[in-house]
Amino acid sequence: MIEIRKLTKTFGLNPVLRGLDLDVERGQFLALLGPNGSGKTTLLRILAALSRPTGGTVRIGGWDLPAEADFVRAQLGVVSHLPLLYDTLTAEENLLLFARLYDLPAEERRPRVDAVLERVGLKRRARDVVRTFSRGMQQRLAIARAILHDPAILLLDEPYTGLDQDAAALLDTLLREVAVGGRTVVMTTHDLRRGHALADRIAILSRGKIALDSPCADIDPDALPALYSDVTGAATTR
Amino acid sequence: MSAEPTATSEKTQAAAPARAARQRPVTRYWQAVGAIAWKDLRAEIRSRELINSMVLFTLMTVMVFSLALELDSDARQNVVAGVLWVTVVFAGMLGFSRSLAAEHDRGSLDALLLAPIDRSALFFGKMIGNLLFVLVISFVLMLLLTVMFNISLIEPLLVVMLLLGSVGFTTIGTLIASMSVHARARETLLPILLLPVSLPLLISAVRGSAAILNEMPSEDWLPWIQLLAVADVIFLAAAYSLFGFIVEE
Repeated sequence: MIEIRKLTKTFGLNPVLRGLDLDVERGQFLALLGPNGSGKTTLLRILAALSRPTGGTVRIGGWDLPAEADFVRAQLGVVSHLPLLYDTLTAEENLLLFARLYDLPAEERRPRVDAVLERVGLKRRARDVVRTFSRGMQQRLAIARAILHDPAILLLDEPYTGLDQDAAALLDTLLREVAVGGRTVVMTTHDLRRGHALADRIAILSRGKIALDSPCADIDPDALPALYSDVTGAATTR
Repeated sequence: MSAEPTATSEKTQAAAPARAARQRPVTRYWQAVGAIAWKDLRAEIRSRELINSMVLFTLMTVMVFSLALELDSDARQNVVAGVLWVTVVFAGMLGFSRSLAAEHDRGSLDALLLAPIDRSALFFGKMIGNLLFVLVISFVLMLLLTVMFNISLIEPLLVVMLLLGSVGFTTIGTLIASMSVHARARETLLPILLLPVSLPLLISAVRGSAAILNEMPSEDWLPWIQLLAVADVIFLAAAYSLFGFIVEE
Protein backbone atom coordinates (compact mmCIF):
# COMPACT_ATOMS: atom_id res chain seq x y z
CA MET A 1 0.00 0.00 0.00
CA ILE A 2 2.89 2.35 0.86
CA GLU A 3 6.29 1.90 -0.81
CA ILE A 4 9.17 4.19 0.05
CA ARG A 5 12.55 3.83 -1.64
CA LYS A 6 15.75 5.77 -0.91
CA LEU A 7 13.74 8.71 0.39
CA THR A 8 15.73 11.83 1.20
CA LYS A 9 14.58 15.19 2.51
CA THR A 10 16.84 18.12 3.14
CA PHE A 11 15.98 21.48 4.67
CA GLY A 12 18.67 23.86 3.48
CA LEU A 13 21.92 22.03 4.24
CA ASN A 14 20.33 19.91 6.94
CA PRO A 15 19.45 16.36 5.82
CA VAL A 16 16.45 15.04 7.78
CA LEU A 17 15.72 11.82 5.89
CA ARG A 18 18.75 9.95 4.51
CA GLY A 19 17.83 7.26 2.01
CA LEU A 20 14.91 5.77 3.91
CA ASP A 21 13.27 2.52 2.69
CA LEU A 22 9.92 1.36 4.07
CA ASP A 23 6.93 -0.74 2.99
CA VAL A 24 3.55 -0.82 4.66
CA GLU A 25 1.11 -3.49 3.54
CA ARG A 26 -2.62 -3.00 3.10
CA GLY A 27 -4.45 -3.18 6.44
CA GLN A 28 -1.25 -3.01 8.48
CA PHE A 29 -0.85 -0.73 11.54
CA LEU A 30 2.69 0.61 11.73
CA ALA A 31 3.92 2.49 14.79
CA LEU A 32 6.78 4.78 13.86
CA LEU A 33 8.97 5.56 16.86
CA GLY A 34 12.00 7.76 17.19
CA PRO A 35 13.49 10.65 19.16
CA ASN A 36 12.76 14.29 18.35
CA GLY A 37 14.44 15.30 15.13
CA SER A 38 14.67 11.75 13.80
CA GLY A 39 12.40 12.66 10.86
CA LYS A 40 9.06 11.10 11.89
CA THR A 41 6.92 14.16 11.24
CA THR A 42 8.84 14.98 8.05
CA LEU A 43 8.15 11.46 6.78
CA LEU A 44 4.46 11.76 7.62
CA ARG A 45 4.23 15.16 5.92
CA ILE A 46 5.75 13.67 2.79
CA LEU A 47 3.27 10.77 2.90
CA ALA A 48 0.45 13.31 3.37
CA ALA A 49 1.64 15.17 0.25
CA LEU A 50 2.29 18.29 2.34
CA SER A 51 6.00 18.23 1.69
CA ARG A 52 8.00 17.27 -1.42
CA PRO A 53 10.76 14.70 -1.11
CA THR A 54 14.24 15.89 -2.08
CA GLY A 55 15.05 12.48 -3.58
CA GLY A 56 13.83 8.90 -3.82
CA THR A 57 10.39 7.55 -4.63
CA VAL A 58 7.16 7.36 -2.66
CA ARG A 59 4.21 5.36 -3.96
CA ILE A 60 0.89 5.20 -2.12
CA GLY A 61 -1.96 2.99 -3.28
CA GLY A 62 -0.20 2.74 -6.64
CA TRP A 63 0.06 6.51 -7.08
CA ASP A 64 3.40 8.33 -7.19
CA LEU A 65 4.19 11.29 -5.00
CA PRO A 66 4.37 14.17 -5.64
CA ALA A 67 3.26 13.80 -9.27
CA GLU A 68 -0.13 12.27 -8.44
CA ALA A 69 -0.66 14.03 -5.12
CA ASP A 70 -4.37 14.77 -5.64
CA PHE A 71 -5.12 11.06 -6.08
CA VAL A 72 -3.09 10.23 -2.97
CA ARG A 73 -4.81 12.91 -0.88
CA ALA A 74 -8.23 11.46 -1.71
CA GLN A 75 -7.17 8.20 -0.02
CA LEU A 76 -5.70 9.75 3.13
CA GLY A 77 -7.10 10.69 6.51
CA VAL A 78 -4.74 12.61 8.78
CA VAL A 79 -4.89 13.15 12.54
CA SER A 80 -2.21 15.41 13.95
CA HIS A 81 -1.29 16.63 17.42
CA LEU A 82 -3.09 19.82 16.31
CA PRO A 83 -6.81 19.22 15.75
CA LEU A 84 -6.76 20.96 12.29
CA LEU A 85 -10.28 22.32 12.93
CA TYR A 86 -11.91 25.74 12.86
CA ASP A 87 -12.69 26.68 16.43
CA THR A 88 -15.30 29.31 15.55
CA LEU A 89 -17.34 26.81 13.52
CA THR A 90 -19.53 24.12 15.05
CA ALA A 91 -18.55 20.43 14.90
CA GLU A 92 -21.16 19.90 12.19
CA GLU A 93 -20.05 22.93 10.16
CA ASN A 94 -16.43 21.75 10.30
CA LEU A 95 -17.34 18.32 8.98
CA LEU A 96 -19.70 19.69 6.32
CA LEU A 97 -16.86 21.92 5.08
CA PHE A 98 -14.54 18.94 4.69
CA ALA A 99 -17.34 16.83 3.18
CA ARG A 100 -17.54 19.45 0.41
CA LEU A 101 -13.77 19.65 0.01
CA TYR A 102 -13.57 15.85 -0.27
CA ASP A 103 -16.38 15.99 -2.81
CA LEU A 104 -18.85 13.73 -1.03
CA PRO A 105 -22.13 13.73 -3.01
CA ALA A 106 -24.47 16.48 -1.73
CA GLU A 107 -27.19 14.06 -0.62
CA GLU A 108 -24.71 11.92 1.35
CA ARG A 109 -22.96 14.73 3.23
CA ARG A 110 -25.32 15.27 6.15
CA PRO A 111 -26.05 11.56 6.83
CA ARG A 112 -22.30 10.87 6.67
CA VAL A 113 -21.52 13.75 9.05
CA ASP A 114 -24.21 12.52 11.47
CA ALA A 115 -22.84 8.98 11.25
CA VAL A 116 -19.21 9.90 12.04
CA LEU A 117 -20.27 12.24 14.85
CA GLU A 118 -22.24 9.36 16.33
CA ARG A 119 -19.22 7.05 16.01
CA VAL A 120 -16.92 9.42 17.89
CA GLY A 121 -19.58 10.15 20.52
CA LEU A 122 -20.10 13.82 19.64
CA LYS A 123 -23.60 13.68 18.12
CA ARG A 124 -25.10 15.66 21.00
CA ARG A 125 -22.46 18.39 20.62
CA ALA A 126 -22.85 18.66 16.84
CA ARG A 127 -24.11 22.25 16.96
CA ASP A 128 -21.61 23.54 19.53
CA VAL A 129 -18.67 25.62 18.39
CA VAL A 130 -15.38 23.75 18.58
CA ARG A 131 -13.69 26.27 20.91
CA THR A 132 -16.04 25.09 23.69
CA PHE A 133 -14.71 21.52 23.33
CA SER A 134 -12.09 19.97 25.60
CA ARG A 135 -8.80 18.85 24.02
CA GLY A 136 -10.00 15.25 24.04
CA MET A 137 -13.27 16.13 22.33
CA GLN A 138 -11.39 18.15 19.70
CA GLN A 139 -9.19 15.14 19.02
CA ARG A 140 -12.28 12.92 18.65
CA LEU A 141 -13.69 15.42 16.19
CA ALA A 142 -10.34 15.40 14.37
CA ILE A 143 -10.74 11.63 13.98
CA ALA A 144 -14.27 12.17 12.66
CA ARG A 145 -12.81 14.61 10.11
CA ALA A 146 -10.11 12.13 9.14
CA ILE A 147 -12.51 9.22 8.52
CA LEU A 148 -15.31 11.32 7.00
CA HIS A 149 -14.43 10.37 3.41
CA ASP A 150 -13.71 6.75 4.37
CA PRO A 151 -10.00 6.86 3.48
CA ALA A 152 -7.97 3.70 2.87
CA ILE A 153 -4.98 5.07 4.80
CA LEU A 154 -4.78 6.88 8.14
CA LEU A 155 -1.73 8.92 9.11
CA LEU A 156 -1.57 9.73 12.81
CA ASP A 157 1.08 12.22 13.89
CA GLU A 158 1.48 11.99 17.66
CA PRO A 159 -2.29 12.07 18.21
CA TYR A 160 -1.94 11.69 22.00
CA THR A 161 -0.04 14.94 22.57
CA GLY A 162 -1.74 17.07 25.21
CA LEU A 163 -4.36 14.47 26.18
CA ASP A 164 -4.92 13.47 29.80
CA GLN A 165 -5.03 9.77 30.71
CA ASP A 166 -8.80 9.40 30.35
CA ALA A 167 -8.86 11.17 26.99
CA ALA A 168 -5.90 9.09 25.78
CA ALA A 169 -7.63 5.86 26.83
CA LEU A 170 -10.77 6.98 24.99
CA LEU A 171 -8.68 7.74 21.92
CA ASP A 172 -7.15 4.24 22.13
CA THR A 173 -10.60 2.69 22.02
CA LEU A 174 -11.69 4.98 19.25
CA LEU A 175 -8.62 4.24 17.13
CA ARG A 176 -9.07 0.51 17.61
CA GLU A 177 -12.80 0.38 17.02
CA VAL A 178 -13.63 3.23 14.73
CA ALA A 179 -10.71 4.51 12.75
CA VAL A 180 -8.52 1.53 12.28
CA GLY A 181 -10.92 -1.22 11.10
CA GLY A 182 -9.34 -2.54 7.91
CA ARG A 183 -7.36 0.60 7.10
CA THR A 184 -3.64 0.96 6.64
CA VAL A 185 -2.35 3.08 9.52
CA VAL A 186 0.95 4.81 10.13
CA MET A 187 1.22 6.42 13.55
CA THR A 188 4.16 8.37 14.98
CA THR A 189 4.41 8.40 18.73
CA HIS A 190 6.82 8.86 21.61
CA ASP A 191 4.76 6.51 23.73
CA LEU A 192 6.50 3.16 23.22
CA ARG A 193 4.01 1.04 25.16
CA ARG A 194 0.99 2.56 23.45
CA GLY A 195 2.62 2.15 20.05
CA HIS A 196 3.36 -1.50 20.82
CA ALA A 197 -0.16 -2.14 22.13
CA LEU A 198 -1.94 -0.61 19.13
CA ALA A 199 0.25 -1.56 16.18
CA ASP A 200 1.12 -4.83 14.50
CA ARG A 201 4.54 -3.59 13.45
CA ILE A 202 7.08 -1.18 14.89
CA ALA A 203 9.69 0.81 13.02
CA ILE A 204 12.22 2.93 14.85
CA LEU A 205 13.55 5.92 12.99
CA SER A 206 16.96 7.26 13.93
CA ARG A 207 18.93 10.00 12.17
CA GLY A 208 16.71 9.88 9.10
CA LYS A 209 16.83 6.10 8.54
CA ILE A 210 14.86 3.07 9.69
CA ALA A 211 17.07 1.62 12.41
CA LEU A 212 14.74 -1.21 13.41
CA ASP A 213 11.69 -2.71 11.72
CA SER A 214 9.94 -5.62 13.38
CA PRO A 215 6.50 -7.15 13.97
CA CYS A 216 5.20 -6.27 17.44
CA ALA A 217 4.74 -9.98 18.16
CA ASP A 218 8.53 -10.39 18.01
CA ILE A 219 9.20 -7.64 20.56
CA ASP A 220 8.61 -8.01 24.28
CA PRO A 221 6.88 -4.75 25.36
CA ASP A 222 8.93 -4.70 28.58
CA ALA A 223 12.16 -4.91 26.59
CA LEU A 224 11.10 -2.22 24.13
CA PRO A 225 12.47 0.83 26.07
CA ALA A 226 15.92 -0.78 26.32
CA LEU A 227 15.82 -1.79 22.66
CA TYR A 228 14.76 1.74 21.72
CA SER A 229 17.66 3.23 23.70
CA ASP A 230 20.13 0.82 22.10
CA VAL A 231 18.93 1.62 18.60
CA THR A 232 18.61 5.38 18.90
CA GLY A 233 21.06 6.19 21.65
CA ALA A 234 18.28 8.16 23.35
CA ALA A 235 17.28 7.71 26.97
CA THR A 236 13.68 6.70 27.65
CA THR A 237 11.60 5.89 30.70
CA ARG A 238 8.53 4.72 28.72
CA MET B 1 -4.75 -17.79 -2.23
CA SER B 2 -4.75 -14.03 -2.40
CA ALA B 3 -1.94 -12.31 -4.20
CA GLU B 4 -0.49 -8.96 -3.07
CA PRO B 5 -2.30 -6.35 -5.18
CA THR B 6 -0.28 -4.83 -8.00
CA ALA B 7 0.13 -1.08 -8.35
CA THR B 8 -2.53 -1.00 -11.07
CA SER B 9 -5.13 -2.94 -9.08
CA GLU B 10 -4.40 -0.79 -6.03
CA LYS B 11 -5.03 2.29 -8.14
CA THR B 12 -8.32 0.84 -9.37
CA GLN B 13 -9.49 0.10 -5.84
CA ALA B 14 -8.35 3.30 -4.28
CA ALA B 15 -9.06 5.79 -7.00
CA ALA B 16 -12.86 6.02 -6.87
CA PRO B 17 -13.00 9.46 -5.21
CA ALA B 18 -10.22 10.81 -7.39
CA ARG B 19 -11.86 9.44 -10.54
CA ALA B 20 -15.18 11.04 -9.59
CA ALA B 21 -13.28 14.28 -9.13
CA ARG B 22 -11.95 14.10 -12.67
CA GLN B 23 -15.42 13.55 -14.14
CA ARG B 24 -16.60 17.03 -13.21
CA PRO B 25 -13.51 19.08 -12.43
CA VAL B 26 -15.03 22.52 -12.99
CA THR B 27 -17.99 21.99 -10.64
CA ARG B 28 -15.67 20.48 -8.06
CA TYR B 29 -13.20 23.35 -8.38
CA TRP B 30 -15.82 26.02 -7.71
CA GLN B 31 -17.44 23.91 -5.02
CA ALA B 32 -14.09 23.95 -3.17
CA VAL B 33 -13.66 27.70 -3.75
CA GLY B 34 -17.19 28.34 -2.44
CA ALA B 35 -16.71 26.05 0.58
CA ILE B 36 -13.53 27.86 1.69
CA ALA B 37 -15.00 31.33 1.17
CA TRP B 38 -18.20 30.28 2.98
CA LYS B 39 -16.11 28.94 5.87
CA ASP B 40 -14.25 32.25 6.25
CA LEU B 41 -17.48 34.22 6.07
CA ARG B 42 -19.28 31.96 8.55
CA ALA B 43 -16.38 32.03 11.01
CA GLU B 44 -16.14 35.82 10.73
CA ILE B 45 -19.88 36.35 11.20
CA ARG B 46 -19.58 34.36 14.42
CA SER B 47 -16.35 35.85 15.80
CA ARG B 48 -16.34 39.34 14.16
CA GLU B 49 -12.63 39.55 15.01
CA LEU B 50 -11.42 40.66 11.62
CA ILE B 51 -14.23 42.90 10.50
CA ASN B 52 -14.42 44.70 13.86
CA SER B 53 -10.73 45.57 13.78
CA MET B 54 -10.91 46.61 10.12
CA VAL B 55 -13.99 48.81 10.66
CA LEU B 56 -12.47 50.38 13.77
CA PHE B 57 -9.22 51.07 11.92
CA THR B 58 -11.20 52.62 9.03
CA LEU B 59 -13.19 54.83 11.36
CA MET B 60 -10.08 56.07 13.17
CA THR B 61 -8.18 56.72 9.96
CA VAL B 62 -11.01 58.76 8.42
CA MET B 63 -11.38 60.76 11.62
CA VAL B 64 -7.65 61.50 11.76
CA PHE B 65 -7.59 62.59 8.13
CA SER B 66 -10.70 64.74 8.45
CA LEU B 67 -9.36 66.49 11.56
CA ALA B 68 -5.77 66.79 10.32
CA LEU B 69 -6.54 68.14 6.86
CA GLU B 70 -8.41 71.43 6.88
CA LEU B 71 -9.35 71.63 3.23
CA ASP B 72 -11.45 73.87 1.06
CA SER B 73 -13.98 72.23 -1.27
CA ASP B 74 -11.58 72.07 -4.31
CA ALA B 75 -8.76 70.51 -2.35
CA ARG B 76 -11.17 68.03 -0.78
CA GLN B 77 -12.12 66.66 -4.23
CA ASN B 78 -8.45 65.90 -4.91
CA VAL B 79 -7.52 64.55 -1.51
CA VAL B 80 -10.46 62.29 -0.79
CA ALA B 81 -9.47 59.71 -3.45
CA GLY B 82 -6.08 59.33 -1.77
CA VAL B 83 -7.66 59.03 1.68
CA LEU B 84 -10.07 56.42 0.30
CA TRP B 85 -7.36 54.18 -1.16
CA VAL B 86 -4.79 54.62 1.62
CA THR B 87 -7.44 53.49 4.11
CA VAL B 88 -8.54 50.54 1.94
CA VAL B 89 -4.91 49.46 1.59
CA PHE B 90 -4.03 49.58 5.28
CA ALA B 91 -7.33 48.09 6.48
CA GLY B 92 -6.94 45.38 3.84
CA MET B 93 -3.41 44.53 4.98
CA LEU B 94 -4.70 44.17 8.54
CA GLY B 95 -7.24 41.65 7.26
CA PHE B 96 -4.92 39.64 4.96
CA SER B 97 -2.30 39.23 7.64
CA ARG B 98 -4.73 38.02 10.31
CA SER B 99 -6.75 35.79 8.00
CA LEU B 100 -3.71 33.78 6.87
CA ALA B 101 -1.94 33.93 10.25
CA ALA B 102 -4.95 32.38 11.99
CA GLU B 103 -5.01 29.49 9.48
CA HIS B 104 -1.27 28.96 9.90
CA ASP B 105 -1.15 29.16 13.70
CA ARG B 106 -3.92 26.66 14.40
CA GLY B 107 -2.73 24.31 11.64
CA SER B 108 -5.98 24.51 9.70
CA LEU B 109 -4.09 25.54 6.55
CA ASP B 110 -2.64 22.01 6.57
CA ALA B 111 -6.17 20.60 6.80
CA LEU B 112 -7.10 22.53 3.65
CA LEU B 113 -3.87 21.45 1.92
CA LEU B 114 -4.67 17.81 2.75
CA ALA B 115 -7.91 17.98 0.77
CA PRO B 116 -7.75 16.60 -2.79
CA ILE B 117 -8.39 19.98 -4.39
CA ASP B 118 -6.37 22.14 -6.73
CA ARG B 119 -4.11 24.49 -4.75
CA SER B 120 -5.42 27.44 -6.71
CA ALA B 121 -8.99 26.64 -5.54
CA LEU B 122 -7.72 27.04 -1.99
CA PHE B 123 -6.18 30.38 -2.94
CA PHE B 124 -9.32 31.69 -4.63
CA GLY B 125 -11.45 30.58 -1.68
CA LYS B 126 -9.27 32.58 0.71
CA MET B 127 -9.02 35.47 -1.72
CA ILE B 128 -12.81 35.72 -2.18
CA GLY B 129 -13.26 35.69 1.60
CA ASN B 130 -10.71 38.52 1.95
CA LEU B 131 -12.30 40.40 -0.97
CA LEU B 132 -15.70 40.35 0.72
CA PHE B 133 -14.19 41.91 3.85
CA VAL B 134 -12.37 44.57 1.79
CA LEU B 135 -15.60 45.37 -0.07
CA VAL B 136 -17.50 45.73 3.20
CA ILE B 137 -14.77 48.10 4.40
CA SER B 138 -14.88 50.01 1.11
CA PHE B 139 -18.64 50.45 1.44
CA VAL B 140 -18.33 51.66 5.05
CA LEU B 141 -15.52 53.96 3.94
CA MET B 142 -17.59 55.50 1.14
CA LEU B 143 -20.34 56.33 3.62
CA LEU B 144 -17.88 57.71 6.19
CA LEU B 145 -16.03 59.88 3.67
CA THR B 146 -19.32 61.17 2.27
CA VAL B 147 -20.29 62.31 5.77
CA MET B 148 -16.90 63.54 7.00
CA PHE B 149 -15.70 65.26 3.81
CA ASN B 150 -19.13 66.31 2.55
CA ILE B 151 -18.55 64.83 -0.92
CA SER B 152 -20.84 62.23 -2.46
CA LEU B 153 -18.82 59.10 -3.18
CA ILE B 154 -21.83 57.00 -4.12
CA GLU B 155 -20.94 57.05 -7.83
CA PRO B 156 -21.42 53.97 -10.08
CA LEU B 157 -18.05 54.60 -11.76
CA LEU B 158 -16.30 54.89 -8.42
CA VAL B 159 -17.90 51.60 -7.38
CA VAL B 160 -16.45 49.98 -10.55
CA MET B 161 -13.06 51.49 -9.72
CA LEU B 162 -13.27 50.19 -6.13
CA LEU B 163 -14.29 46.75 -7.34
CA LEU B 164 -11.42 46.49 -9.83
CA GLY B 165 -8.87 47.95 -7.42
CA SER B 166 -10.03 45.70 -4.57
CA VAL B 167 -9.85 42.54 -6.72
CA GLY B 168 -6.24 43.27 -7.74
CA PHE B 169 -5.13 44.42 -4.31
CA THR B 170 -6.80 41.48 -2.53
CA THR B 171 -5.30 38.99 -5.01
CA ILE B 172 -1.74 40.18 -4.56
CA GLY B 173 -2.30 40.81 -0.84
CA THR B 174 -3.54 37.26 -0.21
CA LEU B 175 -0.66 35.83 -2.26
CA ILE B 176 2.01 37.79 -0.40
CA ALA B 177 0.35 37.14 2.98
CA SER B 178 0.55 33.41 2.24
CA MET B 179 4.27 33.83 1.52
CA SER B 180 5.02 35.90 4.61
CA VAL B 181 2.85 33.88 7.02
CA HIS B 182 5.71 31.47 7.81
CA ALA B 183 8.08 34.29 8.72
CA ARG B 184 8.64 35.41 12.28
CA ALA B 185 8.20 39.11 11.43
CA ARG B 186 5.19 38.51 9.20
CA GLU B 187 3.27 41.65 10.29
CA THR B 188 6.24 43.78 9.20
CA LEU B 189 7.08 41.72 6.16
CA LEU B 190 3.64 41.92 4.57
CA PRO B 191 3.54 45.72 4.02
CA ILE B 192 7.23 45.78 3.03
CA LEU B 193 6.58 43.23 0.27
CA LEU B 194 3.05 44.21 -0.67
CA LEU B 195 3.26 47.98 -1.02
CA PRO B 196 5.95 48.13 -3.75
CA VAL B 197 4.28 45.36 -5.77
CA SER B 198 0.84 46.93 -5.59
CA LEU B 199 2.08 50.49 -6.23
CA PRO B 200 1.10 50.60 -9.96
CA LEU B 201 -2.36 49.37 -9.04
CA LEU B 202 -2.72 51.94 -6.25
CA ILE B 203 -1.52 54.85 -8.41
CA SER B 204 -4.05 53.86 -11.09
CA ALA B 205 -6.82 53.58 -8.52
CA VAL B 206 -6.07 56.94 -6.88
CA ARG B 207 -5.66 58.83 -10.18
CA GLY B 208 -8.76 57.24 -11.71
CA SER B 209 -10.88 57.85 -8.59
CA ALA B 210 -9.76 61.50 -8.42
CA ALA B 211 -10.71 61.99 -12.09
CA ILE B 212 -14.15 60.48 -11.47
CA LEU B 213 -14.75 62.59 -8.33
CA ASN B 214 -13.70 65.73 -10.23
CA GLU B 215 -16.21 64.81 -12.98
CA MET B 216 -13.52 64.85 -15.64
CA PRO B 217 -14.16 63.52 -19.19
CA SER B 218 -13.87 59.79 -19.83
CA GLU B 219 -10.40 60.04 -21.42
CA ASP B 220 -9.10 61.09 -18.00
CA TRP B 221 -10.39 58.07 -16.05
CA LEU B 222 -10.93 55.33 -18.65
CA PRO B 223 -7.19 54.53 -19.11
CA TRP B 224 -6.87 54.06 -15.33
CA ILE B 225 -9.80 51.65 -15.30
CA GLN B 226 -8.22 49.73 -18.18
CA LEU B 227 -4.91 49.64 -16.37
CA LEU B 228 -6.62 48.32 -13.24
CA ALA B 229 -8.33 45.58 -15.28
CA VAL B 230 -4.98 44.57 -16.81
CA ALA B 231 -3.29 44.55 -13.39
CA ASP B 232 -6.14 42.36 -12.05
CA VAL B 233 -5.63 39.83 -14.85
CA ILE B 234 -1.86 39.74 -14.28
CA PHE B 235 -2.20 39.33 -10.50
CA LEU B 236 -4.90 36.65 -10.85
CA ALA B 237 -2.78 34.70 -13.37
CA ALA B 238 0.30 35.00 -11.13
CA ALA B 239 -1.64 33.81 -8.09
CA TYR B 240 -3.19 30.91 -10.03
CA SER B 241 0.20 29.63 -11.14
CA LEU B 242 2.33 30.45 -8.06
CA PHE B 243 0.21 29.61 -5.03
CA GLY B 244 0.95 25.87 -5.22
CA PHE B 245 4.69 26.51 -5.02
CA ILE B 246 4.26 28.91 -2.12
CA VAL B 247 2.32 26.57 0.17
CA GLU B 248 4.31 23.39 -0.47
CA GLU B 249 7.45 22.64 1.51
